[in-house]
Amino acid sequence: MSSASAPRHAFRLGADTLEIGIMALLLVASFSFFALMAPGFLSAVNVRSMAVQLPELGLLSLAMLVPIISGGLNLAVTFTANIAGLTTAWLVQNALGDAGVIGIVAGIGAGLGVGSAAGFLIGVIVARVGAHPILVSLGAMIFLQGLGEFLTRGGGISGMPAGFQWLGSGTLIGIPIPMLIFLMSAGGLAYFMQFTRTGFSIHMIGSNLRATEYSGIDVRRVLIVLYTLSGLLAAIAGMVMLARFNSVRVGHGESYLLITVLACFLAGANPFGGFGRVLPLVLGLMSLQVIASGMNLMGASQHLATAVWGAFLIVVMTLRMPFLKRS
Amino acid sequence: MDDIALRAERVSKVFGQSRVLDDVSFELRRGEVLCLAGENGCGKSTLIKILNGVYTPEAGAAFSFGNADAVSRITPHDARALGIHVIWQDLALFPHLSVAENIVFDDYVASPFRPLSRRAARHEAREVIERLGVPLDPDARVEDLSIARRQLVAICRVLRAGARIVFMDEPTASLTRNEVQTLLEITRSLSAQGISIVFVSHRLAEVLAVCQRVTVLRNGALVGTYPTEGMTQTRLSQLMTGRELTLTPRHAACSGEPVLELRHLSRTGEFEDVSLTLHRGEILGLTGLLGAGRTELAHVLFGMNRPTTGELRKNGKPLKMRSNRDAIRNGIAYVSEDRLHLGLVQNQSINMNTAVTVLDELEQPRGFLAPRRLRELTAEWIRRLGTKVSDAELAVSSLSGGNQQRIVLAKWLATKPDVLILDCPTVGVDVGAKAGIFEIIRQLADEGMSIILISDEAGEIWMNSDRVVVLKAGRVSRELAPNATTEASLEEIINA
Repeated sequence: MSSASAPRHAFRLGADTLEIGIMALLLVASFSFFALMAPGFLSAVNVRSMAVQLPELGLLSLAMLVPIISGGLNLAVTFTANIAGLTTAWLVQNALGDAGVIGIVAGIGAGLGVGSAAGFLIGVIVARVGAHPILVSLGAMIFLQGLGEFLTRGGGISGMPAGFQWLGSGTLIGIPIPMLIFLMSAGGLAYFMQFTRTGFSIHMIGSNLRATEYSGIDVRRVLIVLYTLSGLLAAIAGMVMLARFNSVRVGHGESYLLITVLACFLAGANPFGGFGRVLPLVLGLMSLQVIASGMNLMGASQHLATAVWGAFLIVVMTLRMPFLKRS
Repeated sequence: MDDIALRAERVSKVFGQSRVLDDVSFELRRGEVLCLAGENGCGKSTLIKILNGVYTPEAGAAFSFGNADAVSRITPHDARALGIHVIWQDLALFPHLSVAENIVFDDYVASPFRPLSRRAARHEAREVIERLGVPLDPDARVEDLSIARRQLVAICRVLRAGARIVFMDEPTASLTRNEVQTLLEITRSLSAQGISIVFVSHRLAEVLAVCQRVTVLRNGALVGTYPTEGMTQTRLSQLMTGRELTLTPRHAACSGEPVLELRHLSRTGEFEDVSLTLHRGEILGLTGLLGAGRTELAHVLFGMNRPTTGELRKNGKPLKMRSNRDAIRNGIAYVSEDRLHLGLVQNQSINMNTAVTVLDELEQPRGFLAPRRLRELTAEWIRRLGTKVSDAELAVSSLSGGNQQRIVLAKWLATKPDVLILDCPTVGVDVGAKAGIFEIIRQLADEGMSIILISDEAGEIWMNSDRVVVLKAGRVSRELAPNATTEASLEEIINA
């Protein structure tokens, strides 16, 4: 141990570099494959449709990544998105309908507020009661589902003003707005996780909550902040879904829930907490979208694409194992 | 007595570039207790794993048992057949199974389809328990037992499996003094039954008490095998480290102003009516048996728990703390006895572990935490404390015990405390590194830091404290100056 200490800047394949490399490779491989095999894969229509579809799952996955890094899970992300969407839709249609752009902005603010509040509540319970986040967020998920179904009587709200729909279908400097929202959220989250005290503390908590507390970190505050952030990101996903489909219904996007967990683990997030990066997650999500769209163009069913996603997780994990063992 | 149970010659092992064992010979007599000593990384574990069939040695090695012909390696199957067993530090028991089920477990490995009879298991287990003469309930669940009891279960298990050579890896590391005595007696009775025992321990006093011979390894090479008769702890540490460790007793008379005052401090069920004064630049030794309330008291001083009654004063002013963040703000730092679970976040990097206590200082405007400043801080502390680190981005778990403890010290010294509470700072740290850590501690005190040194090793306390307070059942039972006593009588006072 005391012998041969490596020079300080010796080349070392860091865990982060490895994950980014794996995901970039996966993206290039899947993209090249479908560019060659799937007719019309490189067409503007297809590229655009991929850019519009990706952000919903992407934002929900970001909402899942933060709790996963902290060693927890937020099972309520999809229903949080629904409730936030419902709040915005109802307010814009009923109370703020005449207020124009201001009404839309206020409606969005309220939706994001409700989503954050749902996350805040989960955070408070996890932090104060010390119950496992899976249990707490499972309770919150069922609660939000029931509450939403009760309020909407199982129906939905449709028909948003054109200004709002622009958020789902418009473009800015050629980039679809949903994609822009996703990339900005991902960039902001990456900065938050890497370069702020709270982000730092979330990683530490994920590996060992008690030792972090002994080091003088206010772990309760960190837990509350991180679940609130998760709720906020889910609510942003809810806004994008509402704008794109021009309607919202409880249960919309429900099938995304486990896919978000899959995306996080595919991108190398540690199931036991402490590790996970935004960039590999974004690259991984892009690969998943490429696979889904490419297979669709080749005439395969959506369900087969889902099967391929699952197979990918297993393959990538298997390939990753020897690297993990070495470090 | 001169009957050889196991002889190994020319044993070498290479991992990648490094030669972790170099031409080591090893000889174990029937029924003897032999100590395998050496600092962390000297090759002890590798040697044990080769003798146990886990690793294959490099070509050229020879192993022989009694009169049988020599073989070039021991396979796991050989190890079983010869009755070679290792009791690792983590014991490898099944916590959810009963004592009896754990003891007879190996029978079921041998014949996996044999139906499990609880009654037979209990009967067979009881036989072994009686043979060893230990107080174990065959029906108790292992997870409900103390570490000491679990160890007995592990010993019963290898006995049941027909052990003739038993390696014990740091068996006393987490035992109380009385439990250690019991274990040493059991070790002696096993050897009386003709079982050979190899004992690995950092606690040299125990080594000398129980072993007949000691084999010393240093940097993968054999230093030699010596009889323990006539061997001293000092000589043994010299053999292990290859250095002379000259540490003279501290015993400085200290007359600095009071920094931390405890007045009739109590916490229900933990300690009662503790009054103490800690002076500037003083090392106050706080000792007592495990469970005497030492760690509990430290938790209150660090703001993790609230006292039920009594008052705490810092620099003459009353101090009330709601959490350990208040303690840190008031210049109190606490190095936990449990480095693995509480002292460090083992999976995270050395950089992050060093910086975690001073995030608010590192933070720049707009909440930006610059990775460069973080690295600089760590590099500075690594240099100051002489820590051996190849890459500070690696997980802190990659460091040896002694270097990990330096990182713990670094993260607390970074908060610029004036009171430093050290709870058993040398647990799991080997001899050479221990001396290094005490050098740092003494220097800090000389620079004016007030230090509370908690330990149950009388020698450590006697050597390094200016004043000693002995706790017994949650109360201060004695306060004394080390220069008014000897190490041996301090030991007696602690155990009385």
